[in-house]
Amino acid sequence: MIHSLFLINCSGDIFLEKHWKSVVSQSVCDYFFEAQEKAADVENVPPVISTPHHYLISIYRDKLFFVSVIQTEVPPLFVIEFLHRVADTFQDYFGECSEAAIKDNVVIVYELLEEMLDNGFPLATESNILKELIKPPTILRSVVNSITGSSNVGDTLPTGQLSNIPWRRAGVKYTNNEAYFDVVEEIDAIIDKSGSTVFAEIQGVIDACIKLSGMPDLSLSFMNPRLLDDVSFHPCIRFKRWESERVLSFIPPDGNFRLISYRVSSQNLVAIPVYVKHSISFKENSSCGRFDITIGPKQNMGKTIEGITVTVHMPKVVLNMNLTPTQGSYTFDPVTKILTWDVGKITPQKLPSLKGLVNLQSGAPKPEENPSLNIQFKIQQLAISGLKVNRLDMYGEKYKPFKGVKYVTKAGKFQVRT
Amino acid sequence: MQTDNLELKKLVYLYLMNYAKSQPDMAIMAVNTFVKDCEDPNPLIRALAVRTMGCIRVDKITEYLCEPLRKCLKDEDPYVRKTAAVCVAKLHDINAQLVEDQGFLDTLKDLISDSNPMVVANAVAALSEIAESHPSSNLLDLNPQSINKLLTALNECTEWGQIFILDCLANYTPKDDREAQSICERVTPRLSHANSAVVLSAVKVLMKFMEMLSKDLDYYGTLLKKLAPPLVTLLSAEPELQYVALRNINLIVQKRPEILKHEMKVFFVKYNDPIYVKLEKLDIMIRLASQANIAQVLAELKEYATEVDVDFVRKAVRAIGRCAIKVEQSAERCVSTLLDLIQTKVNYVVQEAIVVIKDIFRKYPNKYESVIATLCENLDSLDEPEARAAMIWIVGEYAERIDNADELLESFLEGFHDESTQVQLQLLTAIVKLFLKKPTETQELVQQVLSLATQDSDNPDLRDRGYIYWRLLSTDPVAAKEVVLAEKPLISEETDLIEPTLLDELICYIGTLASVYHKPPSAFVEGGRGVVHKSLPPRTASNESTESPETAPAGAPTAEQPDVIPTQGDLLGDLLNLDLGPPVSGPPLTTSSVQMGAVDLLGGGLDSLMGDEPEGIGDTNFGAPPPAAPARLGAPIGSGLSDLFDLTSGVGTLSGSYVPPKAVWLPAMKAKGLEISGTFMRQVGSISMDLQLTNKALQVMTDFAIQFNRNSFGLAPAAPLQVHAPLSPNQTVEISLPLNTVGSVMKMDPLNNLQVAVKNNIDIFYFSTLYPLHILFVEDGKMDRQMFLATWKDIPNENEAQFQIRDCSLNAEAVSTKLQNSNIFTIAKRNVEGQDMLYQSLKLTNGIWVLAELRIQPGSPSFTLSLKCRAPEVSQHVYQAYETILKN
Repeated sequence: MIHSLFLINCSGDIFLEKHWKSVVSQSVCDYFFEAQEKAADVENVPPVISTPHHYLISIYRDKLFFVSVIQTEVPPLFVIEFLHRVADTFQDYFGECSEAAIKDNVVIVYELLEEMLDNGFPLATESNILKELIKPPTILRSVVNSITGSSNVGDTLPTGQLSNIPWRRAGVKYTNNEAYFDVVEEIDAIIDKSGSTVFAEIQGVIDACIKLSGMPDLSLSFMNPRLLDDVSFHPCIRFKRWESERVLSFIPPDGNFRLISYRVSSQNLVAIPVYVKHSISFKENSSCGRFDITIGPKQNMGKTIEGITVTVHMPKVVLNMNLTPTQGSYTFDPVTKILTWDVGKITPQKLPSLKGLVNLQSGAPKPEENPSLNIQFKIQQLAISGLKVNRLDMYGEKYKPFKGVKYVTKAGKFQVRT
Repeated sequence: MQTDNLELKKLVYLYLMNYAKSQPDMAIMAVNTFVKDCEDPNPLIRALAVRTMGCIRVDKITEYLCEPLRKCLKDEDPYVRKTAAVCVAKLHDINAQLVEDQGFLDTLKDLISDSNPMVVANAVAALSEIAESHPSSNLLDLNPQSINKLLTALNECTEWGQIFILDCLANYTPKDDREAQSICERVTPRLSHANSAVVLSAVKVLMKFMEMLSKDLDYYGTLLKKLAPPLVTLLSAEPELQYVALRNINLIVQKRPEILKHEMKVFFVKYNDPIYVKLEKLDIMIRLASQANIAQVLAELKEYATEVDVDFVRKAVRAIGRCAIKVEQSAERCVSTLLDLIQTKVNYVVQEAIVVIKDIFRKYPNKYESVIATLCENLDSLDEPEARAAMIWIVGEYAERIDNADELLESFLEGFHDESTQVQLQLLTAIVKLFLKKPTETQELVQQVLSLATQDSDNPDLRDRGYIYWRLLSTDPVAAKEVVLAEKPLISEETDLIEPTLLDELICYIGTLASVYHKPPSAFVEGGRGVVHKSLPPRTASNESTESPETAPAGAPTAEQPDVIPTQGDLLGDLLNLDLGPPVSGPPLTTSSVQMGAVDLLGGGLDSLMGDEPEGIGDTNFGAPPPAAPARLGAPIGSGLSDLFDLTSGVGTLSGSYVPPKAVWLPAMKAKGLEISGTFMRQVGSISMDLQLTNKALQVMTDFAIQFNRNSFGLAPAAPLQVHAPLSPNQTVEISLPLNTVGSVMKMDPLNNLQVAVKNNIDIFYFSTLYPLHILFVEDGKMDRQMFLATWKDIPNENEAQFQIRDCSLNAEAVSTKLQNSNIFTIAKRNVEGQDMLYQSLKLTNGIWVLAELRIQPGSPSFTLSLKCRAPEVSQHVYQAYETILKN
């Protein structure tokens, strides 16, 4: 099971350590630093490293490494999942998962880690239960605490842990009873030079924000549940009902949670909402090149595409870029060689474009590879897969809740090769 | 501490956990409070106390905690029980002996059938952790009832609990396919879990139990379809999860490529994937490449070959070569893709391309040589040894088609001493090839390279190869040509597949570290604790007997009783003379006959045994080894199959010679813990001794060697005793030791007595055993009819021996087939007065013929066997062989 945890920042300082069993010396992290050095880029550090006596399993989140030490054969996915859960909890408690936030709340961090893992076995990882045990910090509370000298440890014990529905605490009360669902779909795609789709799929999630009193039993049905053939469920969902009736039936956790995530695979046709016309060329034996990209709407189902950003990782030999955007603004960072063009909205009458000259390092050979374009966009009120919620019913409680469903489509890993 | 303020209590407990170690005496004072809190009316406080207790790693305290823990394990509240279960594991970590003595393990086992799923999950987790430090203890004894409990708990416990339960389920072997299917059905819903570790553990259970399902079953197909989506979904998670998932998918596609064959596209690489994900994806793409999708794959690979990351680009180029070798139809397209890449002139791309083109030439000889010209253009840009060596190989191999091959090679030769060994060796071979193809123009060149290699180099490999070529060329150029330019075997399709038995073991370890490293846990788990090897369950049908085939014959009585030599004294002299190092595989033929001749001089009773009468049967080529026996028809070579499914019931030997069950030859108590049991067998013309070595001592055994004393038929090991890894305590190895009959001969009493010495790092041990004579019956023991009659008459009547074989109910036909399988050949069959007369012949490895007449009276269970032989001593043993063969 998980032995110890080290938190390491990008400059290689171990700024927090926690041991659930006996103490493991910090020097074990040297193996990690060695791997980090070898891997040039922080993102390329291998997640599983073996050392003579331990295994180091790490994740990289928000510019921090969470390095766990294990000694026996433990499923690595179990450890990785758990580490992400720790990071999620920090995010949830402190609003961000950063070195500063963790250092500011070091007491809460230790309390959380103590509650989340017992002897290496996960104990309470549900945010609901944790929040009952340890109250998240607020400005008011920290002021009060510093005056009265009290702490954030809750004086209740987790009642939820005793029940068969560990994700929901008992005795929830709201004056406004609300249930909101966000259907968020991300398009992952690779578009090749000529504009045809090499690979595309939709990663969807339904995030819920449920503020309902008592023990509501909800069922959510879809107009076209057939779209969902590859789904991962929150543990609260009754699998049998889904299998037989294609209805999501569940007693929800209190607050924000991810109800399901799903994948609409490339076998079904995935609509690609934008196209990019591009021409990037470098002249042989001269220190300049031409750069010209234009973006236009493709299958956007009549909705506006907004929040478009194009990111290009230019080759190393590029020194600078002189470009003119017809819309929005661009920046080029000569150190990281990243070009970012903040486009904004597409108006079909006048397609946004960005063109100009590229300055290359003189004397260097012309770059072999052409950069890929990474595109971000957002379409409100549309789930690109066509998924539609039919209705939401509530049983078990008498009041009438407010209900709402919001759809949004975004670009996930959307890449255009040039 | 005795405060009622819960908040304060928690903080004090937290403090205790962290500081008890540094002030153990102070910690002891807390014991009372723990004991008291364990009886608190509030279950949450009881749980908190038991949880904190376990975390105080102070030896002195632990024993005080046993009582409260015992109470908590039987607490009425599930929350307390579940916390207490984990506490047992904590305590075990601190003091394992205490936990065993106090009987906590049994209590923990009882908790598996607890009514609350969380308790079950925690009990399983605690037991698994404890079991890991005691691999042999069989803590998790699973039976259908407990499996049912686990499956019920699976639906209701937390995600982490599900992982523990699924991992535990994976260790179970269902008794038949129906049970396997019902477990699979109940595990399948876990594939839709949001936690990827749960998904992968479920995949492990399904992959393992699927092995038991019949492929014709509808359910099998359904299951295959259900496995694909969750695996693909894992790839949309965070990169670290993707990496672990990809390593496992790599195993899964090797075992069952059909699951993901339509999902090629999800493995396409995104440019901002971390490098460790990219490389894994690439590997899987090649494994999934087939004729149907090769066009897509190639287009992708070509794209990758222009990326920035050098390692990735190299691997992509190699991948193109592997595609060419794997999918024949695509070879042409791959080659043209590689040529396009060479045109880019990017240095490392060109070099990789040349290395893989060499492999393509090996796979498809005489097909793509037209590209050689293009390759030669890039000669100057090659600076890596592997690429240079590949290019030189190509030039040498196709020297006759390259006009300026000699110039090219000469240019390499200029800096001969600066090249790496790989290049030097290749250059030497290439120039010799060139010389053999174009001898007239290149004589000078070859002389130059030979002198460089032999005189100016201090690399022994290079020098030796140089000398070998030199000798070859100077003595017999024609032979040299045959040797150097011999046709090469085609290279195999995929060289990097995981070996099937390892793959099967790794499938059982899906989701664990073993699956990330692609090594069995025994290869890297700390401390070399004997790790239990897991294997896939055999495919069985529900109506088949569930009895394990392995255990059945082992208990049967054996003909050979173990005969341990009690007094070593008289044997020592003999055996110590023998060199106990690994024997050479059989002395050369000439010496063997000389040796036997020498024995002959000693005379004695051996003369007749060895059948040396001058008028003896014409073809008894005594002294020479038995002629290579032709592979007997019908002898199956199907033992490969039994590997996988562990069908030890003898499919492989069914129609071969009868193999007696293994008997203990050397009990552990007589050999300082080494137990040897074994048997002899003859299969397709070769004799082997199948040994099973068990280490019952507490220390590791290494350096095994075996030696036989001289014996009646010259049996000797044909190869050294190879025990590859040290034998750790409680481990057993099975070894098949090939034997030959060219060893020294000495008449033994009884005739088939074999004295063996086995050595290991501890000592030398001696034992003797009797081998069944039929292992010496050779395959060409069928005598001509005429010859049979003549010989029968020729052998004096006093050499005839008569025996009764009782209680054998076979008919003549069956007897004849059965005996034939053991190389006793029926030459003729007659029916005399209602009796079946079988005339049979057999020949021993040393050329002695034995003629037999077997009288079978229908209806009567006893046969009469008359044997005639020039060496009457063997008759008794031949009769015994008859009896063993017929009665088994």
